[in-house]
Amino acid sequence: MSIFSITEPSGRQKWIAGILVAAYAVITLIPLLWIIATGFKSPSDAIAYPPKVMFDPSLEGYVNLFTTQTRITPDMEATLGEPDTWYERLVREKGMVIAGPSRYGERFLNSVIIGFGSTFLSVFLGTLAAYAFSRFKVPLKDDLMFFILSTRMMPPIAVAIPIFLMYRTLGLSDTHLGMILLYTAVNLSLAVWLLKGFIDEIPREYEEAALIDGYTRFQAFIKVVLPQAATGIASTAIFCLIFAWNEYAFAVLLTSGEAQTAPPFIPTIIGVGGQDWPAVAAGATLFLLPVVIFTILLRKHLLRGITFGAVRK
Amino acid sequence: MPDKTMDRIAKATPPQVATRIRGLSDRTIAWIFVAPTIFLLLAINIFPLIWTIRLSFTNFRVNRVNADVKWIGLRNYERILTDPDIWHTMQVTAHFLFWTLFLQVLIGFALAYLINKKFRGNDLWTTLIVLPMMLSPAVVGNFWKFLYQPQIGLFNYVVGFFSGTDPSSFSMIGSIDLAPWAIVIVDTWMWTPFVTLICLAGLRSIPDYIYEAAEIDRASKWRQFWTITVPMVLPFLMLAVLFRGIENFKMFDLVVQLTGGGPGSATELTSINLKREAFEKWRTGYASAYAVILFVTIFGLASIYVKALNRVKER
Repeated sequence: MSIFSITEPSGRQKWIAGILVAAYAVITLIPLLWIIATGFKSPSDAIAYPPKVMFDPSLEGYVNLFTTQTRITPDMEATLGEPDTWYERLVREKGMVIAGPSRYGERFLNSVIIGFGSTFLSVFLGTLAAYAFSRFKVPLKDDLMFFILSTRMMPPIAVAIPIFLMYRTLGLSDTHLGMILLYTAVNLSLAVWLLKGFIDEIPREYEEAALIDGYTRFQAFIKVVLPQAATGIASTAIFCLIFAWNEYAFAVLLTSGEAQTAPPFIPTIIGVGGQDWPAVAAGATLFLLPVVIFTILLRKHLLRGITFGAVRK
Repeated sequence: MPDKTMDRIAKATPPQVATRIRGLSDRTIAWIFVAPTIFLLLAINIFPLIWTIRLSFTNFRVNRVNADVKWIGLRNYERILTDPDIWHTMQVTAHFLFWTLFLQVLIGFALAYLINKKFRGNDLWTTLIVLPMMLSPAVVGNFWKFLYQPQIGLFNYVVGFFSGTDPSSFSMIGSIDLAPWAIVIVDTWMWTPFVTLICLAGLRSIPDYIYEAAEIDRASKWRQFWTITVPMVLPFLMLAVLFRGIENFKMFDLVVQLTGGGPGSATELTSINLKREAFEKWRTGYASAYAVILFVTIFGLASIYVKALNRVKER
């Protein structure tokens, strides 16, 4: 576009727009920065009045997040000898000892297993279905596509009642497999819709050429279509992963001990007399960070993912 | 006679021998590819839905498995629709829906309009703005509870600093008057970028030549805004409202962590109320009827809305 275009905003307009948008971004990021900062505060700094912007960084929140601690008497402490590690020393200063690891690590690992497991399944099944919907005359295609979309309109709590009953009967409640299947079912609608859009954009001529060269339909799908759709599949996968990573309603209702993921766990981190905010913030920081990174990597595909492919750019 | 024989032979020969020799037929592949998805959705979405509908006509309670399950017809539906508490939660949900959509459309569109001025670095700022909506609502909601603390919370401190009121004199999530606004603020903070992104796509879809033609016709900027920009973005904006509307009608995670529906039932949205009936009071049959009513409401409203949306698109 030439700089003489009459539709191009003037330099002053750009400046004002830029400043307003930047101001909004800064304000909107304050809560996130506050989470990160609180994770590095000591408990007394975290609840200080007025709220502290400058503080001495402390790793107490992170130590509390990963350990369980018990209080000991000064006499007992005298018998223990010098603490071996920096985190042991940190805990000892409060008159406590580390009793063992906390459950945060397990919960985080559960989130990873269930997130990646369900993402893999939904992208795998979604790619197959999307290819079929894109290339073949599937009977009732539009109805099936709408049916797939409409499964997203149900409030999770409404579906949770019978799933709770069903899973109890099948022995799937509070298992990784149960949660993986459930998240796969929820994510499939997104995966099919998005991937169909991506595959629709790949020219049919490529496959037809391959078929003429003697490939079977299946070989053509594997060797021609999949490599072409790789970017689409990758961004769909990240959206599925982010959904499974963030999901809370099903996780809180259907898991308790074994397969509980991090989102229902983080708010239950409590210290002496109420929530241990630095530990909560530390847990939240570690949990939110991967999504922040993915969002930055994904910025070009964002729109398509969050709107089910309804809006393309 | 020979004609008929030939006919019969032709019919007896399976179709698409060629493709069968070279692998599975397209039709078989289509079925193999679609079947697992449909099966999983049937098992985890449709089967439970049918089960919910069935349960909604009974007095079944999960915590009393040995009690007789009685078929009570439409009694559950009757009780729900005449229950003032449920109408109260509907009102709470309506308030939440109206104000979140209103604020998000207003701020979201304004932001998109500004970003579309194509200032330097707008990509970077857009990415930063988008961050809140990608995060886990439950984890973020829980942390907002901390920001809303009367003495120590950052939100109260900032509001107190700018308005001169004492930060400990009000509690956003502790007061019946303020709590409905507390959840509106957090939802707006989190989801405004969604509306922004969609509006931005709408604004970028308007070809420059339309504005150029308007310029030549000497239409004022104000007039261009109302006769070109707004109508062209409207279908996108309506799509954003549809997505946000459905999501916020179902809203659970953010609000349950932020206020838990309280104080009293000031922020008890329908999903939270439903969870209480189903998983705390264990009135399974009753809650199932409630779930069916919610689903029908969402589905009905969404269908009507999509019709309106299509009409706007056709114009």
